[in-house]
Amino acid sequence: MPLLEIKNLTKKYNADTLALSDVNLTINEGEFVSVIGPSGAGKSTLLRCINRMIEASSGYILFDGVNVSTLSKNELRNLRTKIGMIFQHYNLVDRLSVIENILHGRLGYKNTFEGIFGIYNEEEKKSAFKIIEILGLKEQVYKRCDQLSGGQKQRVGIGRALIQKPRLMLCDEPIASLDPNASKIIMDHLRNISSKMGITCLVNLHQVNVALKYSDRIIGINSSKVVFDGAPSEMTSDIVYSIYGSEAEELDIDIGGRNAS
Amino acid sequence: MQMEETLNTAWEEPSNDISNDERPMSIRKISKASIVMNATLLFLAIVSIYAFFTFDYKNVNLIEAFSSTFYNLKIVFLEPHLKHFSVHETIWQLIVTLGLTVLTTLIGSVIALFFGLFAAQNLSTKLASNIIKAVVAFIRAVPTVLWVLIFAVAAGLGSVAAVIGITFHTIGYLIKAFSESFEELDKGVIEALKGSGANWWQIVFQAVIPSCASYLISWTFLRFEINFTYAILMGAAAGAGGIGFDLYMAGGHYFDLREVGFITYIILAVALVLEVISTRMKVKLSGFD
Amino acid sequence: MQADIFAKRRKDNLIFFSLLGLITIASIIVTEYDVVKGFTSVFKAAVWAVANFYPNAKAMAKLPDILPKLQETILMSISSTTFAAIFSIPFALFGSKVTKINNILGSVSRLIASIFRNVPIVAWAMVLLFSFGQSAMTGYLALFFTSFGFLVRAFIETMDETSTSSVEALRASGASYLQTIFQAVLPSAAPQMISWVLYTIETNIRSATLVGILTGTGIGFSFELYYKSMNYNAASLVVLVVVIVVFAVEFISNYVRRVII
Repeated sequence: MPLLEIKNLTKKYNADTLALSDVNLTINEGEFVSVIGPSGAGKSTLLRCINRMIEASSGYILFDGVNVSTLSKNELRNLRTKIGMIFQHYNLVDRLSVIENILHGRLGYKNTFEGIFGIYNEEEKKSAFKIIEILGLKEQVYKRCDQLSGGQKQRVGIGRALIQKPRLMLCDEPIASLDPNASKIIMDHLRNISSKMGITCLVNLHQVNVALKYSDRIIGINSSKVVFDGAPSEMTSDIVYSIYGSEAEELDIDIGGRNAS
Repeated sequence: MQMEETLNTAWEEPSNDISNDERPMSIRKISKASIVMNATLLFLAIVSIYAFFTFDYKNVNLIEAFSSTFYNLKIVFLEPHLKHFSVHETIWQLIVTLGLTVLTTLIGSVIALFFGLFAAQNLSTKLASNIIKAVVAFIRAVPTVLWVLIFAVAAGLGSVAAVIGITFHTIGYLIKAFSESFEELDKGVIEALKGSGANWWQIVFQAVIPSCASYLISWTFLRFEINFTYAILMGAAAGAGGIGFDLYMAGGHYFDLREVGFITYIILAVALVLEVISTRMKVKLSGFD
Repeated sequence: MQADIFAKRRKDNLIFFSLLGLITIASIIVTEYDVVKGFTSVFKAAVWAVANFYPNAKAMAKLPDILPKLQETILMSISSTTFAAIFSIPFALFGSKVTKINNILGSVSRLIASIFRNVPIVAWAMVLLFSFGQSAMTGYLALFFTSFGFLVRAFIETMDETSTSSVEALRASGASYLQTIFQAVLPSAAPQMISWVLYTIETNIRSATLVGILTGTGIGFSFELYYKSMNYNAASLVVLVVVIVVFAVEFISNYVRRVII
């Protein structure tokens, strides 16, 4: 069953810059989908059009059968609670603690008053503690986020999205600022979230190898258009070249090596 | 594997054994920073309200005064005119004020550049640096208007006292700014030049000043902006001439609010231009690093 | 080639410094500044100050008259700054790129702040004198207006700098406008904002002296009184207490800054 349907999506920033042109995609419930492509190809814009952090110029997006672009302000808030988002630069409130940042994921469910003063019920707090434990941040619960390492910060970001109980996770370059070790931890978590919890993941990635290793399906975007949509096994070096153009040689991609666990 | 299982169960049953104790969980830990921050805010709030009970209101009816001020502001901003001064004269006085600004900023920055070098710890001795910094702190703590009035005793009221007074404060301000820019300089650059046998003055002119030039210029311009304001204020409060004096005469002697309005608009126009320039400079600067 | 570059640089420098020299000479002429007198009077003033400008025993007897005026100035500076800060917050929220509601409101609030900041404090004092006379409210409001204009700009910069990314994350999770402000913007910006408030109090104590001279209130009035009656020993005592207060405020705010930032 499709969770997300994107039809003829186009985004123009101004007359000259086309970020997305006529994108058509269908994403099924529970899939782990990577979006790859050179920087500036429109990956980030695509993700942000889905939860309307950026307004599309034309075309439409159906999330769980609902047309996203016609939603009112309150309906949009409601929709966003069902979609978690993870960012390259984590986007945490650095001066607040890990637990406070994770609980921020509940704000969309709260009325204004509770949200302003940060009043959470016991069940929410328990879930938060549980998520913190799962993500291996137990020692850091009350630490301020500016004292964490990059990998730990991104885990807080995942926690904040998880506590929303989302059906879809939008991950915008989640490992682009991390070292290989931390990257592996983050990608493992995301993969688990998808396969064990059944949450659909749409992940922008820069590294083709990582996409090959973790995804059920890969979408390649080049200069605002979808140029590839298929399983990792269908990926060939010609296709990589068509996605990345001349940049491909610098990527050092090992197409054969993807069968590692 | 174990982690995966935990993940799974955790989400299915959000309320199991993790903490069975009944007391509500806390999500905040009190830190020194939060205590100091709240104490500061509380102190400011209490003092700010207490202040109203101590003021000398001189039997002014506040409600009446507020409404008449509102009315007066409308006159100032909506009905500006000139009566006691000609446009020609006013523009000339503006030029005089700008002249004061240029002089104080230029003299101040040259002197500050010299002392700033000796105030920077990486270019000077600890003793010299500390002495200069202490003197500078004192100079900055005395309000500019008091410096002008103090110099006016020796030089008489007028442009000389104003220039020296404002320059004095400028020197204090810029020595602090310059020396801090110098101190941020990369240690390696100085050491490399020292190793190659350059003497102190060569290091200063070949490495220190060129690498800090953009900071020095932007601080100097920022001070130019501040000195424009001071030049106006000293005209009004210390008889230094210029457009500030006209402003003071229009309001304090002729009691002509419309004229105050006109002069205010002229000052506002210049100040806005200066502000736009300095914002642009700042953007350029931050674009550097 | 090499020689050309050096020659060009020398030529540029020559033009720059000649221009600077011309402007300086023009400034000396228009302001009727007597260069020689300028230099000599610095030494004359120093000699005079050593001989006359120090607090003696007789001046110390004036301390009971000075202290209440000093108290008035301190309270006025703190109170006007605090209230200006409160009024600045909504304007800063409208003016900041991160939290603006729309562009028009943003430009309007930035323009208002700019006017308040750039109208010289003398003009405010002159207008206020008409209605409030020589009451404390004249100085209070004059300081309030300029501090308001200054703090709006400072707060806007702080908000833009500290909270852009976390606001995006909270909006994406469905948090409402007010929730985002209270949970992301204010926690991130608060320490920096408090630091600006403390800085403004410091400058206001100095400005209050000037406003006091114009409006006959506070410590500025004391100074003017002794200065005009040529009681320089008492006037120097006023300068001394102002310096002590400024140092004290600076010391306290440095401590607060160190701890909270």
